[in-house]
Amino acid sequence: MNGVIEAPTIEYGALAPLLLVFGAAVLGVLVEAFAPRYLRRAIHMPLTLLSLLGAFALVIVTVVKGDLAETAAAMGAVAIDGPALFIWGVVLILSAVCVLMINDEGHFVASAAAVPGSSEEEEAEAAGSEHTEIYPLVLFAVGGMMLFPASNDLLTMFVALEVMSLPLYLLCGLARRRRLLSQEASMKYFLLGAFSSAFFLYGAAMIYGFAGTVSLTGISKALGTSGLLDPLLMIGLALLGVGLLFKIGAAPFQAWKPDVYQGAPTPITALMASGTLVAAVGAVLRVFWVGLGNLDWNWRPVMWAVAALTMIIGSVLAITQTDIKRMLAYSSIAHAGFLLIGVMATYDKAGQNSGSLSAILFYLLVYSLTTVGAFAVVTLVRDPGGEAWHLSRWAGLGKRSPVLAGVFAFFLLAFAGIPLTSGFFGKYAVFTAALGSGMESGDSLGGWMTGLVVLGVVASAVAAFFYVRVIVLMFFSEPAADGPTIAVPSMGTVAVITVALLVTVGVGLFPQPVLDLANQAASGLFIR
Amino acid sequence: MSSLWLPILMAVPVLGAIVVALLPKGSDKAAKQLTLAVSLVVLVLTLVMAFQFPSASGERFKFEAVYDWIPSFGVHFGVGVDGIALVLIALSAVLVPIVVLASWHDADGVRTADGTLITPKRSVKTYFSLLLVLEAMMIGVFAATDIFLFYVFFEAMLIPMYFMIGSYGGAQRSYAAVKFLLYSLFGGLLMLVAVIGLYVVAGKGTFMFPELVGVIQDPATQKWLFAGFFIAFAIKAPLWPVHTWLPDAAAQAPAGAAVLLVGVLDKVGTFGMLRFCLELFPEAAKAFTMPIVVLAVISIIYGAIVAIGQTDMKRLIAYTSISHFGFIVMGVFAMSQVSQAGATLYMVNHGFATGALFLAAGFLIARRGSPHIADYGGVQKVAPLLAGYFLIAGLAGLSLPGLSSFVSEFMVMVGTYSSPAFGSGALTVAAIVSAVAVILAAVYILWMVQRALNGPTAEPVKAFKDLNVREVAVLAPLVALIIGFGFFPKPLLDVINPAVTQTLVNVKVDNPAIAEKGAGQ
Repeated sequence: MNGVIEAPTIEYGALAPLLLVFGAAVLGVLVEAFAPRYLRRAIHMPLTLLSLLGAFALVIVTVVKGDLAETAAAMGAVAIDGPALFIWGVVLILSAVCVLMINDEGHFVASAAAVPGSSEEEEAEAAGSEHTEIYPLVLFAVGGMMLFPASNDLLTMFVALEVMSLPLYLLCGLARRRRLLSQEASMKYFLLGAFSSAFFLYGAAMIYGFAGTVSLTGISKALGTSGLLDPLLMIGLALLGVGLLFKIGAAPFQAWKPDVYQGAPTPITALMASGTLVAAVGAVLRVFWVGLGNLDWNWRPVMWAVAALTMIIGSVLAITQTDIKRMLAYSSIAHAGFLLIGVMATYDKAGQNSGSLSAILFYLLVYSLTTVGAFAVVTLVRDPGGEAWHLSRWAGLGKRSPVLAGVFAFFLLAFAGIPLTSGFFGKYAVFTAALGSGMESGDSLGGWMTGLVVLGVVASAVAAFFYVRVIVLMFFSEPAADGPTIAVPSMGTVAVITVALLVTVGVGLFPQPVLDLANQAASGLFIR
Repeated sequence: MSSLWLPILMAVPVLGAIVVALLPKGSDKAAKQLTLAVSLVVLVLTLVMAFQFPSASGERFKFEAVYDWIPSFGVHFGVGVDGIALVLIALSAVLVPIVVLASWHDADGVRTADGTLITPKRSVKTYFSLLLVLEAMMIGVFAATDIFLFYVFFEAMLIPMYFMIGSYGGAQRSYAAVKFLLYSLFGGLLMLVAVIGLYVVAGKGTFMFPELVGVIQDPATQKWLFAGFFIAFAIKAPLWPVHTWLPDAAAQAPAGAAVLLVGVLDKVGTFGMLRFCLELFPEAAKAFTMPIVVLAVISIIYGAIVAIGQTDMKRLIAYTSISHFGFIVMGVFAMSQVSQAGATLYMVNHGFATGALFLAAGFLIARRGSPHIADYGGVQKVAPLLAGYFLIAGLAGLSLPGLSSFVSEFMVMVGTYSSPAFGSGALTVAAIVSAVAVILAAVYILWMVQRALNGPTAEPVKAFKDLNVREVAVLAPLVALIIGFGFFPKPLLDVINPAVTQTLVNVKVDNPAIAEKGAGQ
């Protein structure tokens, strides 16, 4: 204790993708401050897109060079390992694709502060004003999404959680149409999100009380040496779990998802449904596998119930939905349940876990890209008052616009997990991992894992019903006389749908290259 | 050593489907002709392959080709045929061009006699493109020697059929299509769990069928996995009590699609029982034989009785099929050489006979615009050719001696009656009870014939034109096959028998324990 504070070592090279995104976000704020209004959009768009693609290139360079650090970077705060890099790559692609959609006209409100339906709103709209802040906000959110699954201690993770969530709370309230719904969504998301953050923080504090450290590695070590039934640990585990499961929308913390997905501007919904889910599942994996891995006897039964409940609630409640975005939200809940099956597929020998990890990573990649594609299609089917959100409006779309309806039907079949789509292999990989872990000798949870997979299969069958119902509407029903119009898609939206379609078809036919990528990313597991 | 026969056989219809789908708007006629040409090419290729089959190399599976598909999962693109698969592929290849011809105007929209539109005009090229995709998948599902590949085709082939029913079917098409899809999908997903379970328990790191035969030893595990596969196949076949989707789907589908649905797609269920349920899980199959045979007998009797009560021609034919599938399932699980060879032959003959019946009924319905038997009467006087073909197809449905289905039904009953397995005599009882269906079959077929074809000519029927050249070209080959194989089934049986023998070896029914039991009766 001589009062000298040593400067921390920061591995700038390894952290470069993260720094680039955050740097561009800060730059974006400066653009907002200093660039004239008419130039902002012209500056923001290339800045945002280039920084995301640049960060993606940096990730690729790191992977190709292949010398990953053995320990966490930034004094043990950020773990840049195979899974983290994989998730970074996925998040960056997704966000770049979503930015293409965000750039389209007509999604965002002209003046968020104007009361809905007021004359100020009309004036702002007539003047063509717009909120260009969305670009830096998105960049901050993406930075948070990258840091969240890579955080190696609970405090960094909490900061990442907030950096990711705060911009999203705002972005949710900026829809141009159905503004009251959008503002309600924003408020709801903010309040519930704040609660869940508090849970997370309180849990982190409890675990600190038990382990004397917030570092995941340290917690894991402390679990090896002391009693596993310490009340502090148990409470901490439960609270931490609540905070994390809220973010992936697992039941019983799923209530925000339909409201928020419905209210938010569709490009932002796409970003949340893909990027946030990927990041949050990554964080769940890191906390439960690295930090609390030795405690799996305690959390697996609870996780079992959560996964089962999530799948059932997601697939059953989706049946009753009449709003296309709410339906996709419930579908997203069901898929979060499938992913949790993968989270539970741990083995006694750590080496075997890489198979399960690779399955989850694969699932995340294919599911999130299909999701973005589906929401991109949603943005194109328009009524005079905005998107044609009511399902009945989609009747007969197959006649009006066979290509668009065909593409959407294909995405739905991928969600349902029909073979020869990417979604099938995702589901297959996760189920196999879970059954494999259950069959491990001496595992008393074996039968339970098989039961969970059977439940997952039944949930898939139920889920297939509402996906198919949309296909029936689009193809087998007569179109309404005053049916929705199909907006002429911008280049960006065309690009989004094309990328999503190519991945869904391509991976559906030849999954091996992507599997190789996921296997490679998962081979080293998480660094500790 | 891999043969390119089967991959080419699947690639030709796929390429054809892509070309048909990409034809410019308004080239409906070209789409039909191209589809017919492609399906005829497939038929010729299949026949050439079939004639080379006896001399081809390979022990169990011939024309084998195995390529890595997804090494991470141990999945191969593995194809090859034994005698059972070969005759079913040939059945598909024969039926598709016939169905193409029969469906010539199906997508053009159907009008009733008084001019109301039942089904609106739909995209013609999409229909025929789907038909070709379906053909590729039908060949693939029978040829797959990799269980994962089989599963992929098993599920994926639902999608083209779903769209064929849903977009081109009758008034309640969308209900029927969804019911069909959900039933099959649910069964398929249960099978998926069993497929994964098989992979994990076997621990071989491969899905190749030959390497997985006899690997699972533990009886309890066998039973669970067997159940997963069997439920999927029972829904597909369909067996009572999971049959309810079939009458709806078959009645609402356009006649051509109904032929492929009942004639080929449903055979995947019984084929799967014979190939996968029996050979992969022999102990479980033996343990479950009695309950399954009971279900089969219920199907036989129930299907026949309900068929008698139908007023809708297509529903009636669908229920007769449920009865016939009961026979096939009984033959498969009676586990004797004669019963299984008979069941396999039944799969082929049923495809021809029911196909002919559906198509003949379809021609009737196209003329009158109504599927109800009561709307007809006296067709024979107005359209003797149509009535004649309808009668022959109907007689094949009731297994008249001299027609092909008689041979197979007789083999199934005799094989079950005298099966050496399970000496308890229960199979003998099952065979005797099922024989009742022969009488019921005469009732449902002849009564339909009597009401629709004979008697005073109904007013709207008087305007009927007899079969045109296209329609004769559809029915004549089928009737020729029905009569030909009725008198001379040997070529088919020569191909089927060795494959059945191999199946029984893998099921080990000739092991001492069972032989002893058999001797004790």
